[in-house]
Amino acid sequence: MNGESVVFWVSGTFAVVGALGMVVSKKAVHSALWVAFAMINIAVLYFTLEAPFLGTTQIIVYTGAVMMLFLFVLMIVGVDSSDSLLETIKGQRLLAALFALTFGGVVVASIASTLASPSAGLAIANAGYGGHLKAIAYLVFGQYLFAFEVLSALLITAALGAMVLAHNERWAPRKTQDQLQRERTMGNHVTPLPAPGVMARNNSVDTPALLPDGSTSIDSLPNAFRGEGKVAKPNSIEEAGK
Amino acid sequence: MNPNNYLILAAILFTIGVYGVLVRRNAIIVFMSVELMLNAANLAFVAAARNTGTLDGLVVAFFVMVVAAAEVVVGLAIIVTIFRTRRSASIDEASLMKY
Amino acid sequence: MIAALIGLPLVGATVLLLGGRRTNAWGHFLAVAMSAGSFLLGAFLFIQMVGKSEEEREVGQHLFDWIAVGAFQIPFGLHLDQLSIVFVLLITGVGTLIHIYSIGYMEHDPNRRRFFAYLNLFVAAMLLLVLADNYFLLYVGWEGVGLASYLLISFYQQKPSAATAGKKAFIVNRVGDVGLSLAIILMFVTFGTVTFEGVNAAAESGSPSTITWIGLALLLAACGKSAQFPLQSWLLDAMEGPTPVSALIHAATMVTAGVYLIVRAHAIFDLSETARTAVVIVGAITLLLGAFIGTAKDDIKKGLAGSTMSQIGYMVLAAGLGPVGYVFAIFHLLTHGMFKAGLFLGAGSVMHGMHDDVNMRHYGALRIMMKITYATFGLGFLAIIGVPPFAGFWSKDEIIYVAFSQSLIIGLATLLGAGVTAFYMTRMMAMTFFGEARWEDDVHPHESPAVMTIPMIVLALGSVFGGMAMLFVGDIEHWLEPVTGFAKPEHSVSHSVLIPITLAVVLGGALFAWLRYGRRPVPVVAPTDVRFLTRAARADAYGDALNEAAFMRPGQYLTRSLTWFDSKAIDGLVSGLAASIGGLSARAQRLQNGYARSYAVTMLGGAVLIALILLLVRL
Repeated sequence: MNGESVVFWVSGTFAVVGALGMVVSKKAVHSALWVAFAMINIAVLYFTLEAPFLGTTQIIVYTGAVMMLFLFVLMIVGVDSSDSLLETIKGQRLLAALFALTFGGVVVASIASTLASPSAGLAIANAGYGGHLKAIAYLVFGQYLFAFEVLSALLITAALGAMVLAHNERWAPRKTQDQLQRERTMGNHVTPLPAPGVMARNNSVDTPALLPDGSTSIDSLPNAFRGEGKVAKPNSIEEAGK
Repeated sequence: MNPNNYLILAAILFTIGVYGVLVRRNAIIVFMSVELMLNAANLAFVAAARNTGTLDGLVVAFFVMVVAAAEVVVGLAIIVTIFRTRRSASIDEASLMKY
Repeated sequence: MIAALIGLPLVGATVLLLGGRRTNAWGHFLAVAMSAGSFLLGAFLFIQMVGKSEEEREVGQHLFDWIAVGAFQIPFGLHLDQLSIVFVLLITGVGTLIHIYSIGYMEHDPNRRRFFAYLNLFVAAMLLLVLADNYFLLYVGWEGVGLASYLLISFYQQKPSAATAGKKAFIVNRVGDVGLSLAIILMFVTFGTVTFEGVNAAAESGSPSTITWIGLALLLAACGKSAQFPLQSWLLDAMEGPTPVSALIHAATMVTAGVYLIVRAHAIFDLSETARTAVVIVGAITLLLGAFIGTAKDDIKKGLAGSTMSQIGYMVLAAGLGPVGYVFAIFHLLTHGMFKAGLFLGAGSVMHGMHDDVNMRHYGALRIMMKITYATFGLGFLAIIGVPPFAGFWSKDEIIYVAFSQSLIIGLATLLGAGVTAFYMTRMMAMTFFGEARWEDDVHPHESPAVMTIPMIVLALGSVFGGMAMLFVGDIEHWLEPVTGFAKPEHSVSHSVLIPITLAVVLGGALFAWLRYGRRPVPVVAPTDVRFLTRAARADAYGDALNEAAFMRPGQYLTRSLTWFDSKAIDGLVSGLAASIGGLSARAQRLQNGYARSYAVTMLGGAVLIALILLLVRL
């Protein structure tokens, strides 16, 4: 058993464990961490597959950027009743398991049934360009230039789209500094407003703070979450968890 | 080592991702499952590139990552928007379009 | 010129029908003028034709190409030959007299203008029928005659019986029309043409069975139009129309069309022994049946209608005998046209004087009150029973003579028919004009006005001299020979034997009738304790009952069962299918539950299926 095998079996097992952990974790945050774990292990596999550039990108883009974005959104959304593992659609879990197992079985069986030729390795291909990174660069900015440019357009579009989606129309005119100052010093709240989730059982931004008398404080919520029917109950997480 | 092992691992990860999409109701976890499936596909690309001794698979995997990043940005924005209006990230609750 | 023959009455009909009430005042004069103009034109053409040599007499007029579809070429062409011209003269001549007569007869009818429009239409359609140069155009005239007869028979449309009679005539005629259309289709398929010329030239090339079928189809057509057995039932009901219409239908137009068709298609019948035999049998049956019905009718018009059936039977029989008979069929048709028109107009005159009562049991002794009618009717009577030298004698005697030359049975049938004819006509004469008066209380018989009697007198003159004129002056045998062919019968009973026998039979029939109805008083109410044969004759020999039993009731059953089948089986199938699909859809739409995850499972199922198939195909 050479080094590659050891790495494969260890990282491969970890990746599968991470994936399974994501599926079975009750809390979304745990799921995100499990996925990050699986992705790091996949990055390790990339290194053994003679693709250090991709391995690095995987760590930076996926575990670094994408998964952190997930965590960020989780922070906004908070804990939800959808975290429950109870199935609500009749027969869904059974069918899903059946089809998934069949699908996996068929694919694995068909891969396993093919005769494996020894791996060709990338040494020769890399040598043609004078190194791995150079080879990738030549391909991306040469042969695949058009796809690359299209992808850049896609990225810009996606960024714009996300901004459009997240954008909120302003309902009232922007307050002037003078107005803000007057509110701060002459309004009802001289002290800072309570933070969301204070004293409540859930600390996400959409959960209003609990006041000492047990009622909720709308003031603790960002404007986006203050609408009619939007305000969560302080104990909603307990009800959802049941 | 049998180079097919990487492919089998990719298939297993992909299947787990599929199962996750099907059984989890939290839109964010469903989204993570999709990401896992994309990763599995990437792994297959990279393994195949090495098996055949060509670099194109690596480039494709790289592009997939870029697309996935774009997708995550838009997808998460949509989830946040839905959450804002429905107060829920459950994909089962967005079930108005039915018979 | 030829087109103008048809055009004049057609213009008359158009003006009267479209002109509306504005034409009420002078409409009938226009109609008479158009008909008379057509007659004068026909007479002019006739004189012109007589002046030509025999080869040049046949003239055609191609008006325009009517239908031109690939091989299917139908010209709108007219064709005037020796056969057509005698028909033209009969139709327009007798038709004009009937038009004139109608001025008097329909004087008080509020719908007189419409009546004259229909009369003109009738004449125009009949002229088109006899002047067409192909079967397809003939069919147009044929249908036009059917339409006009329908309109005229049900002219008193407010009477349900008249409306029914019109419909009956129309429907029974449709049966015959099917025969004609089948014949035309067969001709086109077999010969590739439907012109008379083309069919006559190509007739030899058809297979015998095809020719026979064409002949039988033509016979069916002739049966419908000429009221031959088994399509005779409409004729007696057609008496519901005004009496001039009956005269027109029975003498000049309509019923003669069938005979014309058979003679015109002689090329077909010459080649098929079977078809000719069928024609003869149909003719013989009708001739006896019509005469039989005529013996028991108390309605003067229905009695005459039975007589028409019988006389047309003579013509059809003669036409079926082939070249020896065609000429005499036409000859009898012409003489019959004169005396039967005269008889019908006479009957109309009697009815006119008797408050439209048609029951002969309410007549009697009218010879005193209606001298002119009596005289003209009497001359017509002598003509129809075949007393020499009146018109009917010459034509009927020739037919009997030819019939004997072909077959003894057919000959005896014609002889018997002559006897029965004498019986029922004598009965009619005796009951109407002789005996004692049996009038209803408020009836005051009177002679008709001159506008009615003059046509009757003219027709009576035709009944007296028409036969002799045509046979001796006109030499009708040789006149028609170029068109129809003519052959002398080979061996028959000689005229010197046959004529006395015929006359004896006729005299016997007449004498028998005179003894029963002339000498003895006629009961005012028809006796009911009569024998079966009388009852059968009164019921039109159960023709209607047969039709009802054989066609109407099975048709009703068929319709009812089809309706049942349609509503239960077909509708059941359709709505059952719809219901099951609906139910299935209602269940299937549950799959559309709105859950994205459910759809994802379905997609995965599809992916699994594809993967499995790929795997299996590869292995």
